[in-house]
Amino acid sequence: MKRIVTATVNNQPGVLNRITGLFTRRDYNIESITVGVTENPAISRMTFVVNVDDEAKAEQLTKQLNKQIDVIKVQDITDQPKIERELALIKVVSNPQTRSELAGIIDPFRASIVDVSRDSLVVQVTGDSKKIEALIELIRPYGIKEIARTGTTAFTRGSKKAGGQDTKQVTFTN
Amino acid sequence: MGTNVKAQEEKTIPQKMNGGKMLVEALKAEGVEVIFGYPGGAVLPIYDEIYDSGIHHVLTRHEQGAIHAAEGYARVSGKPGVCIATSGPGATNIVTGLADAMMDSLPLVVFTGQVATGVIGSDAFQEADVIGITMPVTKYSYQVRSAEEFPRIIKEAFHIANSGRKGPVLIDVPKDVAIASDIFNYEEIEVNIPSYQPNYTPNHLQIRKVVEAVSSAKKPVVLAGAGVLHANAHEELRAYAEQQSLPVVNTLLGLGSFPGNHQLFLGMGGMHGTYTANMALYECDLLINIGARFDDRITGNLKHFAPNAKVVHIDIDPAEIGKNVPTQIPVVADAKAALAALIAEDGARGDFSIWLKKLRNWKEEFPLAYKKEVNILKPQRLIELVHQITNGNAIVTTDVGQHQMWAAQYYSFSNPNKWATSGGLGTMGFGLPAAIGAQFASPNDAVVCFVGDAGFQMTLQELSVLQEKNLPVKVVIVNNHALGMVRQWQELFYEERYSHSLIPQQPDFVKLAEAYGVKGYRATNEEEAQAVLKEAFRHNGPVLLDFRVAPKEKVYPMVAPGKGIHEMVGVKQ
Repeated sequence: MKRIVTATVNNQPGVLNRITGLFTRRDYNIESITVGVTENPAISRMTFVVNVDDEAKAEQLTKQLNKQIDVIKVQDITDQPKIERELALIKVVSNPQTRSELAGIIDPFRASIVDVSRDSLVVQVTGDSKKIEALIELIRPYGIKEIARTGTTAFTRGSKKAGGQDTKQVTFTN
Repeated sequence: MGTNVKAQEEKTIPQKMNGGKMLVEALKAEGVEVIFGYPGGAVLPIYDEIYDSGIHHVLTRHEQGAIHAAEGYARVSGKPGVCIATSGPGATNIVTGLADAMMDSLPLVVFTGQVATGVIGSDAFQEADVIGITMPVTKYSYQVRSAEEFPRIIKEAFHIANSGRKGPVLIDVPKDVAIASDIFNYEEIEVNIPSYQPNYTPNHLQIRKVVEAVSSAKKPVVLAGAGVLHANAHEELRAYAEQQSLPVVNTLLGLGSFPGNHQLFLGMGGMHGTYTANMALYECDLLINIGARFDDRITGNLKHFAPNAKVVHIDIDPAEIGKNVPTQIPVVADAKAALAALIAEDGARGDFSIWLKKLRNWKEEFPLAYKKEVNILKPQRLIELVHQITNGNAIVTTDVGQHQMWAAQYYSFSNPNKWATSGGLGTMGFGLPAAIGAQFASPNDAVVCFVGDAGFQMTLQELSVLQEKNLPVKVVIVNNHALGMVRQWQELFYEERYSHSLIPQQPDFVKLAEAYGVKGYRATNEEEAQAVLKEAFRHNGPVLLDFRVAPKEKVYPMVAPGKGIHEMVGVKQ
């Protein structure tokens, strides 16, 4: 099962190394990982997409992440209302005949053409990974030369009810 | 008056000093009694400060010896062990000890030298990526980038090593940082790590759940691990077990947390545990794990481990709870705080009479046993003889393997913090250096180091330290001319194909001891063994004893790999 886990961590050299080392050591397979600084320059946010066998493995992962000295807060947001985005750049074969056809295909995806050359163009698309995969499949017949994907970054939506939803640290609730 | 003013000035004006001096002063401020280390190029500035600092530094003869000594010290004293190694090979030589301390949750603060910051990454002489190499086997690590941050880092390192679930913390010190000067204000530094806040106090609702589970249980058992010892909670454990009449099983590392001769004690559980302990773990309807991590050597095949039990797990490390065994009542807390809370609840007593009677019968019917033979020294008998002559009060250290299991089974531990063994990592060569550290931690206690003839040869150079410091450690070689446990597995599971496990060629250990200036004795039967043990313990100095034991003796009972904990072989011999 696919889980989306976010972690805020101290923005220090070596922290990414510690986290990826933990995944390897504990036999977790990272599908994607994104890192960037938060509103507080001393803190970075990481988003992991990871495939696990069951709930117990997912819980063990958040606990192991929490145990890291440099990790401030861990959330498994898979089952929470969330915003999930990835950016992809797709270089696709094109000529003057197919260009407008491609423009028509990408338009409903709210993707854009960000570079055009004689025999190819580059499509930029953002969205959740399903949307990106759908677009890739549609333009694959034209001949994809190169794809660069950022991996998913995500966080939970602002709470709808007064009082807010519980986003407490995922430690073992005693 | 003049001197008063001066004293005040010294107090208020922070002193500047170089990094090496900072290290020395910080160790003094932490109350460190002894450090174990080995100098080299990158740590020359540090060693120059150690030279006339008054810090008690023990020069081991290999860095691995230094870190195992620090581990032995930590295990017996309960305080962080400190060790120093130089960059490159010095640092890589301590990796085994770091992994060992990480597995067994021993608090260490380890300093490694590093090449100067300007040449890091250039493959300089004796450069190694020590932070990278040690990341998976340390609780935390630092590379000091300036003298300014050095005092804070040392203070944090001691805090992290010795709080929460304890563990080794490494500080990598580039040579130029040890030379550079900055302000040293150690006493004023307040450790504040928002992302590291271990929880010591149990949740009251969870404690109530435990109390109710105990009251309504019919067949409860406590599994007590080293967490009880780390939390200094052995008295609480005894009081709680007696209050509720709960039988207690120890893990290998938990030995000593409950009196070995107590009527509620069932012995060690696991692969070479007692019949009663293992059957109790198998048949119980309530399992209360206090400070143990359900290691595979205690659980056997997880499918058959406590299959009908409700599981309570008290641990300071939330990540251990539910890791291997599904847990119905998790309690994240320090063992001492949790046990104190349980005692205070004074829950209604359950009726365990039938269960306790069954356990008593098992203990009588299936005790640990071995065949006695005339004129052959049985290793189990040897452990019993050492127990007798030390009144069961010695500090015992071991390597790993058969002798370790026999020591665990037959040296009935009655007191806490007198047992230093390599549990999780199973490190050969641990015993002798650990005994050195243990003796420094507790100078007035008798220290016995049980080692096999193979493991001893991995760190035997530390005999030099015994002689130099005149440490009265008794090194007991349980000599069967083999890698005994490997041999045992080959006999049982590999059709007696003894691939590289028999070692007929060995040095004359007695002469070897004498070459190091250490008294040496040999014994080949029980009578000789008794005589040389007497001699050895009469001598107030280091002694090495080479005991030729029955070479084909096996450790029993045994839960074969992949088997359930109730499927023991060799229960009755």
